[in-house]
Amino acid sequence: MTLAALDSATLFGLCGAALAGIGLFVVIAHPGLLRRLVGFNILGAGIFMVFGAVARRGAAAGLPGDPVPQAMVITGIVVAFSASALAVALLRRLFDLTGRDSLEPPAAGKTPRAES
Amino acid sequence: MNLLLDLALVAWLVVLALHVARTGDDRNAIVAFIAFGLLLGLAWTRLGAIDVALTEAAIGGGITGLLLLRAEAHLRRGRQADGAPRQGGGAKTIVAALASAVVALGLGLAVLAFPSPAPTLAQPALAAIDATGLGNPVTAVLLAYRALDTLLEKVVVLLALLGVWALTPDNLWGGAPELKEANPPQPLLYLARTLPPFGVLIAVYMVWVGADAPGGTFQAGSILAAMWLLVMLAGLSPAPETRSRLLRLLLVGGPALFFAIGFLGFAVAGGFLAYPKPLAKALIVGIEAALTVAIALALGLLVAGPSNKAPAR
Amino acid sequence: MSALADLFTLVMVAGGALLFLAGTLGLLRFPDTLSRLHALSKADNLGLGLIVLGLLPQVGSIAGGLKLVCVWLLAQLSAATASQLIAGALHRRKSGR
Repeated sequence: MTLAALDSATLFGLCGAALAGIGLFVVIAHPGLLRRLVGFNILGAGIFMVFGAVARRGAAAGLPGDPVPQAMVITGIVVAFSASALAVALLRRLFDLTGRDSLEPPAAGKTPRAES
Repeated sequence: MNLLLDLALVAWLVVLALHVARTGDDRNAIVAFIAFGLLLGLAWTRLGAIDVALTEAAIGGGITGLLLLRAEAHLRRGRQADGAPRQGGGAKTIVAALASAVVALGLGLAVLAFPSPAPTLAQPALAAIDATGLGNPVTAVLLAYRALDTLLEKVVVLLALLGVWALTPDNLWGGAPELKEANPPQPLLYLARTLPPFGVLIAVYMVWVGADAPGGTFQAGSILAAMWLLVMLAGLSPAPETRSRLLRLLLVGGPALFFAIGFLGFAVAGGFLAYPKPLAKALIVGIEAALTVAIALALGLLVAGPSNKAPAR
Repeated sequence: MSALADLFTLVMVAGGALLFLAGTLGLLRFPDTLSRLHALSKADNLGLGLIVLGLLPQVGSIAGGLKLVCVWLLAQLSAATASQLIAGALHRRKSGR
């Protein structure tokens, strides 16, 4: 496939695939929960971008894109934000109660904070 | 030329995502993520989806960024000096990298294998739009054709807020979340006094214009939420107590009105969420207005988090 | 007339882009936070101003032009506040602790 044959919808679709991969990697591999949350948002952004490519390819009848996937992405962004907010609240509570911001077993010699 | 712009955008998006994966500092990663969100908004305009671009810039770049930065500051304050850099095990990282590469590759192949000509619902969406009285097909999908999705999504946002509130310690239940900085700097106070009038004006304009042009409830709601958060951060107006009747009523009001109109559909138009044709536009605008207020409140309270002050007696 | 307007747009937008480039260079190359802020606010205010000015003849309607000017004013407001906040935080860190 030559570069000239690459249209912008396909380009952003491939970008979305790459972003989903990077986000997934952060979610699996990073020990810190806050970073995993950022990774989760990047993963979501990648998936939405693949949807965007689908919408763009569906341009017809004078519209710049298929409105149905676009509307689904708008809904998805708001739901992803709600999930992130719930996750942040859980993380803050976990941290206040145990002093830890990760689910990895604590390193030897470190005791969790007992207060509050 | 346009392809060059797209290539640059894609390159920046991937580089910023990689930076989030590699940097050692959480705050650094979050700032990169905010830039990522704004560039993503640009990418959506390149894909011809202005409605999505507005939502992404406001929520993905703006409000999510604020949420994450506040969480990071909270963790940093509590952690004191024992923040030794952690690292994952080597074998685990390699497996994770392989697994994610396989997923990305699979998605990429799926993108390359999209059927041609592409399936599209653009024509049916436009064909029926006259019956709704709307001009923006995305708004028509959100509030008429697939109104059920939007309604359930509102319920999801409320459930998330309930989940956040449920994490309140027992003795603080019903109190107010505290957002104010200990000593808000003067420029922040100035901004919090100057910007909200414009923000509210832009939000109202966006709801109104959303029927026919890019814009709508989600975008307007997130702008309103941002203005409210700014005022609360500067301490000009305290966050409301979560036990407040009025607050809870407004939160439930948007979805409740949506449900009521939905059930009314059985009586007058022969189906759940069916709008009677002459009233369609008026009903949709009414739902949008109530939903905008509910979304703004819910988004603001989601960022504010569970209450951390005991309710006043 | 329209050729003249196009030329005006071309010159102004190119000038704005050049200022953004200079600002970015300053952001990357200057040694400390305050001078980096200085470079950045120049690019933001003047560069965006020139680009908006250059685009004005291309807008079809008065409302569109007003929106462009509003974008510039709001960007000014947010840029000014952000640099004040960053400089203030820096000042407090230096003198406070």
